[in-house]
Amino acid sequence: MSAHLNSRLLTLVLLAAVIGLMPLLFPSGYYFRVAALVWVSALAAVGLNVLMGQAGQVSLGHAAFFGIGAYAVAVGPAHLGIPSWAAVLIGAFISAALSYLVGRPILRLKGHYLAIATLGLGVLVALAITTESRWTGGPDGMSVPRLTLFGWRVTGSDVWYWITGGLLVLGTWVALNLDETPTGRAFRALHDSEVAAQVVGVDVARFKLQAFVIAAVYASIAGSLLALMNGFINPDQAGFLHSIELVTMVVLGGLGSIVGSIVGAALLVTLPQALTVFQEYEHLMLGLIIIASMIFMRRGIVPTLSAALARRARS
Amino acid sequence: MAGGARMAILRAEAIGIAFGGIKAVDGVSFAVGAGTILSIIGPNGAGKTTLFNVVSGIYEPSSGKVYLSDEDVTRLPPHRLAARGLSRTFQNLQIFQRLTACENVMVGRHLRERCSLLGALFRTPSVTRQNRETRAAAMDLLADVGLQQVADSPAGSLPYGACKRLEIARALATGPKALLLDEPAAGCNAVETEEIDRLIRRVADRGVAVVLVEHDMKLVMKISDRILVLERGKSLVEGTPREVRHDPRVLEAYLGRHGAGESARA
Repeated sequence: MSAHLNSRLLTLVLLAAVIGLMPLLFPSGYYFRVAALVWVSALAAVGLNVLMGQAGQVSLGHAAFFGIGAYAVAVGPAHLGIPSWAAVLIGAFISAALSYLVGRPILRLKGHYLAIATLGLGVLVALAITTESRWTGGPDGMSVPRLTLFGWRVTGSDVWYWITGGLLVLGTWVALNLDETPTGRAFRALHDSEVAAQVVGVDVARFKLQAFVIAAVYASIAGSLLALMNGFINPDQAGFLHSIELVTMVVLGGLGSIVGSIVGAALLVTLPQALTVFQEYEHLMLGLIIIASMIFMRRGIVPTLSAALARRARS
Repeated sequence: MAGGARMAILRAEAIGIAFGGIKAVDGVSFAVGAGTILSIIGPNGAGKTTLFNVVSGIYEPSSGKVYLSDEDVTRLPPHRLAARGLSRTFQNLQIFQRLTACENVMVGRHLRERCSLLGALFRTPSVTRQNRETRAAAMDLLADVGLQQVADSPAGSLPYGACKRLEIARALATGPKALLLDEPAAGCNAVETEEIDRLIRRVADRGVAVVLVEHDMKLVMKISDRILVLERGKSLVEGTPREVRHDPRVLEAYLGRHGAGESARA
């Protein structure tokens, strides 16, 4: 028990230290921006990990909720006069409500069916965003009014670095909390055996739905942050490829590992930047790296490495 | 039926279920009272596990009724049955591999825990306190089945016999009135079977109605109060171990007509 507490605390302290100290190494403002992008993606990945890593359910349409959060802070202030901070909350609420309504029927499905159903949801939301151009600017996207808090206009990569970093620490804390609770245990139990979870009284459908809603809210808030930070949004953020990117972050870093989700997000955001030296072979290299790490670190980067370290410490 | 004047905790009436025209279970009834052990035996494919799956709510029967404490619970989903006091174990192990042994049993306490999502996300003090209580209760049950030393090991790393006992401890954690055990001693060695035998007896002595599917005849004959023999989905004989042991129809079902004749002459 106390071992769990310590490892939870250690994870948080380490994460806060990395976020707090990394700027000392940044040679230019550009790095603040890349790092902030990492924190935003990591926030979405940490949420998706609750659904995929803990509860063991696949969502191939998760960018839909990212898109809803992003467009909430674009459409709300621009067309409806809602303040940006309220639009973040409204976006999260819409994502929660949509995931709840859609999740009820589709979470009764298993395996491939669930993946296809969530895929369909993602396609629908992306389509709606692209076609409702009067509201969303269509395929060209739309600009997002700057966030203003208490009369302070929030702008600048370094400011967004601290906001997104802070929210990632908060999001990680919440996800870590979940682990050692009846809810978290129910998630992990139904992942291992649905039928065994049922016969000891776990309402499997209800807990799958809760995990889905949690993941949707994380993605929605991450989407809002990205839109506010960039000041611009386009439908790609809600699209299929972004859904796949989110899944890749979670799987690459290690299903079920919160630190893994953050590492996975960091890799997927920074690698394309680092690989620009390969010019037109950039995507090829990215693909090769992902394939190689899946072959040699099948359980994901963080679980594989920590198991290797533990073996080393014992011998 | 079994129990006589005593009220049956779990009662199945004329259960029938068919898969693609084949009647896997056909008109089987049984009743089991508090503190008694009913064993269901029969050759492979007789429908024992299917009957368990119907009674525990995993399959919906095409006919018949299941009563728990005289309330009709037919077609209730398994988690609702658990809330009413029916739990079970599985023939093919269904433990939560990635959870520790202790966490497996803690999940069994799920119904007794207050489970608020916001409390879980923000880790309120009451959640922490409840966790401590649940863990203490789980540790007691683990001690009961002799697994307290491995409480914090991942369940997937435990030997087979330990997993079998872990499943029983997890089912007991729900505080069942009726417990279905599907081959609890399968694949266990003599010592482990002995432990499971004593464990089942202790469970029944606490007033739980136990239904047992088991192939180990020594175990069945020793601990059962009543035995129900199934053959090809139908109920063949029901009686005390002594009655069943000497029933020619049972010998025939297991050994075939010729074998039964041989054994009668022997």
